[in-house]
Order: sequence, then C-alpha cells, then structure tokens
Amino acid sequence: MDFGLSEEQEILQQTVAQFLEGECPVTRVRDIFDADEPYDAKVWAGLCELGIAGLLVPEEHGGAGLGMVDLALVAEVLGRGAFPGPFLGHALATVALLEGGSEAQQRRWLPRLASGEALGSVALGEASGSWEPDEWTPSLDGDMVSGTKTWSPAAAGADLLVVGVAGGELVLVECGAAGVTVEPIESVDRTRRLDAVVLESAPCERLADGARAARRVRDAGLALLAADAFGGASRLLAMAVEYAGTREQFGVTIGHFQAVKHKLADMAVEVEPARGLYWYAAYAWDALPDESERASAVAKAHLTDRFMQAARDSVEIHGGIGFTWECDVQFWFKRAMFDRAFLGQPALHRERAAALGGWAA
Amino acid sequence: MDLRYSEEYEAFRGEVRSFLASSWPLQGDEAELPAVEQAALFRQRAIEQGYLARAIPRSYGGSQQDPDVLKATIIGEEFARARAPGEMRGIGPSMLVPTLLEHGAEWQKERFIPPTIKGEMHWCQGYSEPGSGSDLASLKTRAELQGDEWRINGQKIWTTGAQISDFMFCLCRTEPEQSKHAGISYLLIDMKQPGIEVKPLRQLNGGADFNEVFLTDARTPADHIVGKRGEGWIVSRSTLEHERNMIGDARQTKFIFKGLVRLAKQMGRLDDPAVRQRLAELEGYIAAHEYSGYRQLTCAARGEDPGPVSLMNKLVSTNIQGMVAKLSLDLVGDGSLAAPDGSARGMFQGLRDTSGWVSQYMWSLGIAIAGGTANIQRNVIAERGYGLPRDAAAQSSK
Repeated sequence: MDFGLSEEQEILQQTVAQFLEGECPVTRVRDIFDADEPYDAKVWAGLCELGIAGLLVPEEHGGAGLGMVDLALVAEVLGRGAFPGPFLGHALATVALLEGGSEAQQRRWLPRLASGEALGSVALGEASGSWEPDEWTPSLDGDMVSGTKTWSPAAAGADLLVVGVAGGELVLVECGAAGVTVEPIESVDRTRRLDAVVLESAPCERLADGARAARRVRDAGLALLAADAFGGASRLLAMAVEYAGTREQFGVTIGHFQAVKHKLADMAVEVEPARGLYWYAAYAWDALPDESERASAVAKAHLTDRFMQAARDSVEIHGGIGFTWECDVQFWFKRAMFDRAFLGQPALHRERAAALGGWAA
Repeated sequence: MDLRYSEEYEAFRGEVRSFLASSWPLQGDEAELPAVEQAALFRQRAIEQGYLARAIPRSYGGSQQDPDVLKATIIGEEFARARAPGEMRGIGPSMLVPTLLEHGAEWQKERFIPPTIKGEMHWCQGYSEPGSGSDLASLKTRAELQGDEWRINGQKIWTTGAQISDFMFCLCRTEPEQSKHAGISYLLIDMKQPGIEVKPLRQLNGGADFNEVFLTDARTPADHIVGKRGEGWIVSRSTLEHERNMIGDARQTKFIFKGLVRLAKQMGRLDDPAVRQRLAELEGYIAAHEYSGYRQLTCAARGEDPGPVSLMNKLVSTNIQGMVAKLSLDLVGDGSLAAPDGSARGMFQGLRDTSGWVSQYMWSLGIAIAGGTANIQRNVIAERGYGLPRDAAAQSSK
C-alpha cells in the first residue's frame, strides 16, 4: 500500500506551479479579475501546451493517458494559484466524452480537446437549484434539444457544450449552432465566470452512454472541486501566516499574539489533514469504482466548507486590509464560494453520502 | 498511489487467517484458563508467528519484523475479525517501550521490555505536578544521588493507573543549578515501596483513573536513569510524542464514529435529516484523519517528512472526539439526566449504552487536556509547524 505521490506526479505539480508563477502570477490574476474578458486565452494556451487539456485523454487520441489523481493534483496547483481560466469546464467535457462517447464521438472531439484547439464546457446546473442528473429538465425532440441551463463555466468561449438533459442523459451541443444562446452572468468568482445557456430546438447529438457519463462527470467534478479547494485553502493559510509575520501592532508582529497564533493553528488543523480526502476521491475514481461516488461526495462537502472557513479566517487575520478589493485574499474567498456551491452545496452531498452509506433507521 | 493489496499480501492474509482459525479461541483445557491468561498465551504464540510486537527486537521478546504498514493493517483487520487479543496497549507498551528502545541502556531494555509487552509489568507516568502542568519543565520533584541510589522527594499528579502500577517513569530535578530544561533526569522508580503513597483523584465523570503520587524519600538504584543526567527533558519529548501518537491514532476516531452511527440507529434518529447531516459532516473529519494517517505512514516508510501535519494528530483527534461528544449528547437525550456509571473505567469503555456515552462525553475533555492541552498543541503547531514566534511567557522563563 502506498498513499503518496510518485516522482512524476511531484514533477507534474512543480511544472504547473512554475508555469503559473511565470505566466500568471497574482498580479496577472488581478488584471484578469478586473478585466471584461473572462480569461486570458494566451495563458490558457500555455497551459494546453503543457498538456494539461489532454491529461486524461488516451495517447491514441493525442493525450497523456494519465488518471484522475494526476488531474486532481493539477487542480490543486491551479486552485493554489487562483488560475483564471476554463480548466474545470473543459476537463468535465473531456470526461463526458471519455466515459460516454461513442468511438466516432471520441475520434471527432478528443484530439481537439486534448490539444486545446477546441474548448469544451459543461451545462449541468439549472435555475431551480438542480445539479443532480435525475433532476435535469431539457427535453429532446429527435436531434433537437430545448431547455434552459445555468452556471455553465466559460460557455461563451466554448466550441462544445456537454448538456445535461431529462432522463439524466448528456448531449453534445456545438455553441455556434442555431438555437443556442449564451448569456454571461455577473459571477462572484471572476476567475471562473459563468454563463446561462438557452437552447431552443438546438441541434444536438446524444452521448452514446450519457447516463453513465453523467455520474462519472459529477464524481470527477466533485473530486476536482475538492482538489481546488485544498489548494486554495492552503494558499489562504500561507498568506495569513505570512501576514502575521510582517504586520506590526503594539511594537511586534501580530504573529506574537496567541490569539492570532491559535487562529492560524486552528486553520492549519482544519486544512492540512484534509489533503488525503481529495487524493482518495480521485484515486477511487480511477481504481475503486464502488467507493468513488461516496468518496467524492464526502471530499467535496468537507473541503469546500474548509476552504470557505479558511477564507473567512484569512480575512480576519488580515484585518481591515483583508476587507478591501485591493487585498489578494478576495480571489480565494470568491473561489471558495464557487467551489462550495458549484455542482451542489455541501448539504446535498452530505445527504448523498448518508444515503450511499446505508444510514437508515 | 496504490491502495490495493498485491497477491503477496493476499497470501499473507491467508496465512494470518489460518493461524487464527487454529489458535483462537483456545481449545480444550486452555479454554478453561482465566481470560487474562488465555490472552497472554495467545499473544505469545502470535509473537512467535511474527504477528505482534513487530517493531521490538527478538532479544527483548518481540518478533522483530521489517516495518510493513500493509501487513500490520492486515493483522489488525484479521485479529479484529476473529475477536482475538491484539497488540498490548497502554502506558507501558505504547509509551515507555518505544522510549527505552530509543534511549535506554542495554540492560534496561532486557529487563523492562519483555515483561511490559507481556502485560506482566505495569507502568505509570510521573510528569505533571500541581504547579507544573503546561509549563512542565518548571517541575520541582527533587532526586539526589546518595551513594548508589537516588532519593526522591516531591509530588506528581494526574498519574493514570498509579494504584495498579509496578513502576513509574518519572521526571525529577537532579541538577538544580542548571537552567530549567537542563536540570531534569528521567528515572525509573519501583512503585511498591514505603516512600510512595498513592491517592486517587475523582474525576468529573465520577471515576478515579488518575491519582496523586506523593514521593517521600523514595529510592531507586543509581543506574535506573534513562539517558544521561540532565537529559531527561529530551528523553521525555520522545515519550510525549508516543503519547500524542497514541491519542492521535485514527483507528480510535474511526472506532468511536462507528459507535456513534450505531447509537443514532439505536435511538431511532438515523432518519432525522439534521442528524444525518451532522454525522456526514463528522465523517469528513474522520476520513480526512484516516487518510492523513495513511499519508504519514507512507512518508515514514519512504523516509520523507510529511510536514507540519505530523504535529497535528493529537489536536485533530481530540477535536473530532469533542464533536462526537456533542452529537452523542443530543442523541442520548434525556438519558443524560442520569449520572454516568463512574465504574466504567477509561475512555471508549461501554459505548454500547447511554451511560457509557455520557461518560465518554466527559472523557472527551480529559483527552483534550492529557498529554499536552489543546492550547499547547496550538502553540506547537504554530511555532514548530509554521515558524511563528514563541510565546513571550515561554521566552522569559527560559
């Protein structure tokens, strides 16, 4: 038994971290955060050049053929750097094709998704608060789909949308097609902006095994959000520790005060031991099919709650400056709000975990 | 990352199972022996097979196996399944034995380790004093070398199991002219002597697991010192680490959580959405702590440093036990109006009825204090884990 990273996995994390430090440091994150454009296509293209867009895609389709653990490790680093861009939606669209696409669908889309030549995203959520496959409503009429989806990440720039429809199925919709309207939403997390998608008899193609893919997409998404949350929470802790070591009051750095030290220790105790939750969820997605659903639900609920609390604590440690738009803490504060709500609130996934665990009177 | 058992390990599991099938429970005349003797007999056979006392050299009565987390896990699982006696636990086997292996003289290991791991020699820990709790290094119990023996005078407190112990490992001030930390030695003292008086301390939960120990011209031979004179503080850090690891063990929190789910079911509350939410939230902590343990074991096996998380295990575990306690009190309901059975000794005893849970509710506080309080843990995490400045108070008293 081995519950640690391989050398290749450590290098993967370092490579992505170095890329972000060079091409998208926090000053660049701020520019993008305040800009009208939802993300910087050049930075995304650089990440695709590293092979991130095709990490899960088999080599025969032009990808790296790695697993969910590897992708989640990247998600952690992107979370730590508050990476502004279409990583999540693209990754989940790719998972949909991998898990439910026919051979023809895979041949058509996977090479272009893997290289980053085409951008994919998913449209899963609905205004009623429905994220779960069995609650989706858009209806199919032959090769046409009609309905309204919302909270779709970076749909505006996407070439391909994977849309959740009635019956818990998934369909492929090309964004430029007639009957597809994408409306930008003023999003709280400006590093991962969301759009509403209105489909009016839009041409679509059913995913060959859409029902299975829908569940796998959800579980992958939960694991990736948990990974992002761990990365973000670690960054918030590091920022709070650094600030406590530089900010002086009463003639000493505030890290001298036990009230501050203990708050930092409590943050660390909430965050640091929870790393293995996302590792395990991603590992289960790859290797333990019976445990994947529950492990990803537990990981998402727990880590996104810890991330949100770490953001609150970090603002508090930063004091007045922490409450300003100028303070970098806000990027992670808002990413925490995204991670917590996207694909369903912690309460939803805790109830799922309870049911999956067979807890009954 | 690979959590599967390879064929080699599945074969090992088969060996353990067939050993258990023929060895436990005991058969024939042996089955008539008192329970304690049956357990001792079985443990000896398990040690001979290499299944117990794996980290302890053969010369000290152990089975001296190469460290292997997977095999240890398999043994734990299979022994639990067969309800067979597992590794000896408690203050002697879990705290003193690892300390002796690290710091003890050869004769000390030979003399003390074998009876301790067999459960024939019981130990208590003489650390805290009435005036020295969190500031342990301020302790005042004196030991003076007179001829070939130490004379010890002072008082210890919170001494678990002192009334049933054969020996105490005890921190004493032997070099009063030295600075506070450098003046302490780690002595082994026979508890069965006229200079030692044990008085039970009644706890919040009504039980009496702790004691006060009064040492009045108590004696111990000059060579009953672990490490050199004045090095007791360093030796005690090692014991304390083992104590914190024992308290921080994720198997305990997992065990108590299973009990909590069972309690919710017993009380007919497992369908209550609020209870399900709280249980599921707790499970996040339980699972995180378990996987954090896997990761730390992997790091240990690879010789890597897991980072600050290794300082957190005790606080993580006692935080969890506090959350479990709060939920259990709500589940117990009116049962908490009845006084708990104070005779239910120690933690995790009697978690099958509401009285046991009420007792555990109180114990969860004791465990947050024992072995270094939660607030001391926070200091350690912040200072050693994240490089924050030491407390002004700690600096001034150095």
